[in-house]
Amino acid sequence: MSTPSLPRLQHICASGAIAAIGIWITWLSYTQEPADAFLFPRLISTVFVVLALWTFGKALLGWTKVGNGLSTVALRRLAPGLLVALVYLFWGAETLGFYTAGAIAFFLLLTLYDPAPHNEAKTWIKRAVMTAVYVAVMYALFAMLLKIYTPREIFF
Amino acid sequence: MEFLNYFGAVFEPVAFGLLLIGTIGGLILGATPGLSPTMAVALLIPFTFHLAPVQGLILLGAAYTSTVAGGAVSAILLKIPGAPANIATTLDGHTMAQKGEGARALQLSFLASAVGGVIGVLLLIFLTPYLAQWALAFGPSHLFWLAILGVTVIGSLDSASVVKGLLSGCIGLWLATIGFDDIMGAQRFIFHPALGGGINIIAALIGLFAIPQVITMFAKGRRPDETEVIAVQKHSIMAAVREIIRRPRALSIGTITGAIIGLIPGVGGQIAGLVAYDQAKKFSPERAKFGKGHSEGVIAAESANNAMVGPSLVPLLTLSIPGSPTAAVLLGGLLIHGIFPGTDLFDNHPDVAWTFINSMLIGQVLMCIFGLYVASLAARVAQVPQYVMAAIVLGLAVFGSYSIQSSMGDVYVMAALGIMMYFLERFGFSAAPLVLGLILGPIAEANFIQGSMIAEATTGMGSYFFGGTMNIALIAIVIASIAYSVWMELRSRRYISKEEIYG
Repeated sequence: MSTPSLPRLQHICASGAIAAIGIWITWLSYTQEPADAFLFPRLISTVFVVLALWTFGKALLGWTKVGNGLSTVALRRLAPGLLVALVYLFWGAETLGFYTAGAIAFFLLLTLYDPAPHNEAKTWIKRAVMTAVYVAVMYALFAMLLKIYTPREIFF
Repeated sequence: MEFLNYFGAVFEPVAFGLLLIGTIGGLILGATPGLSPTMAVALLIPFTFHLAPVQGLILLGAAYTSTVAGGAVSAILLKIPGAPANIATTLDGHTMAQKGEGARALQLSFLASAVGGVIGVLLLIFLTPYLAQWALAFGPSHLFWLAILGVTVIGSLDSASVVKGLLSGCIGLWLATIGFDDIMGAQRFIFHPALGGGINIIAALIGLFAIPQVITMFAKGRRPDETEVIAVQKHSIMAAVREIIRRPRALSIGTITGAIIGLIPGVGGQIAGLVAYDQAKKFSPERAKFGKGHSEGVIAAESANNAMVGPSLVPLLTLSIPGSPTAAVLLGGLLIHGIFPGTDLFDNHPDVAWTFINSMLIGQVLMCIFGLYVASLAARVAQVPQYVMAAIVLGLAVFGSYSIQSSMGDVYVMAALGIMMYFLERFGFSAAPLVLGLILGPIAEANFIQGSMIAEATTGMGSYFFGGTMNIALIAIVIASIAYSVWMELRSRRYISKEEIYG
């Protein structure tokens, strides 16, 4: 048997993970009490696990025909942006304050993905101006118009 | 003719102002590649929290209507469909623009959209009350099967793989059970304190539709934007009106096809546009001109994708079963205002229901007027680089999901679901059935439990859930939709080898 290609391996891993989650929630549905509260989850999780195992079986046999998986190029490109987004969402917003973290994340994302050269002062000024406009618009929309009180924390 | 009594409410200053904002904003958002109507409406929901229910719905309805039409701008001038519904418009629209007929193509597309859209909304107006009366006969078992039907139809028809579509629906149904059980008060699948109150639908909608798009834009990397907007020369609007009148065949094929497809849950504007384009081509004596910049192609595609908008809301407003992802988002918008669509919507909240529907009718006309004049501006906005759009959408998603309940838990749920959905989409799973499962899960469960209680006291589970003409008909439709999709999948796969898939 030949070594599975990268997309096939990815499909096996992805559908394997979904099948494992399916088995886990089915087990939870059938073991948790009170049983009446888990009647509907039991019904759903049973169908879930059957479909998940079917998908996993198809992936193992190489019959999966839908979904391109993830190329290493795409992963390399999205990784920095995703990292910035994750740090912003799960740490920055609550620690630094919504607007400060939002401004830093916005500026970093522009810097990471703007194709303009990084060695020109005007491109940095353009990004800084865009970030200032972005924060001003978000503040006007959410703080002034909708009156949403966001976590201010260390900064703002 | 009850709807006529509620036209005045649309013209109240705040309501009409919101209608204008929704229409113009929707045209610009729709013209922006990567911002689908569903995502635009999901991102707008937090802005409706402080509005009266009817005002919020007017804003969302106007945005829905005009994002579908606005997508034609980038389809024609940039060859990038603003939304999947505008794919068919690209075929002839962009060729017309390349020939220097961009203004004509845009004018025809907005006029055709308005005609299709008005007829679609009229269908909504006249069909909905009758279906709502008919729906009064539905009991818990029927509503349970209807909810399951909503998930399975979208799961099987909207996805390239039937099994993965149904599995997406199951994931959504399971996610809907997270939190405290309504009857026993028992904790179910609460793995993190943020999940204590269950998964907030609005946060989930924002995450599932916006975050995968943001990550997709990241995945394009640091590359210059090569899209070039084609300049629009002046063209007489009256000449475009005369041309629309001279092309009744394409207009009627598009409108009828779109309206019929809109009524079928799960079949969206993309299908409506493509089917109408194909039918208009088949029936046209000038079929050789299709694909080479023929105006009938634009008229058929655009009238179809807007004619679909009104009828797609019929199942939502009568049975509280959203027939499309955007209808599901609108359902979320209704629920946060404490309005439950369904059989008694027109009895309990006629002002909300009719004003909303009437606003969609007026919105179609406004969309046409503004579309004819702001198309060029929208095309400029559509050139906003993808990385800027990604950063803006990320910010709107974070602030929007936080503003639902001023809770970081909703932001975490939004982010987690969004990242999960991006990776699921890479492996052929679809967001639409997952969202439908999440929204219809509580409806399905409540009716399943209620039905179980009735069944235990009467005829037993088997005959209660599987007996009776209506139950059998609904189960048959569930099975037929799955069987049809499996057949279609097998048919198309016959021509795709494994090597083509794996490279």
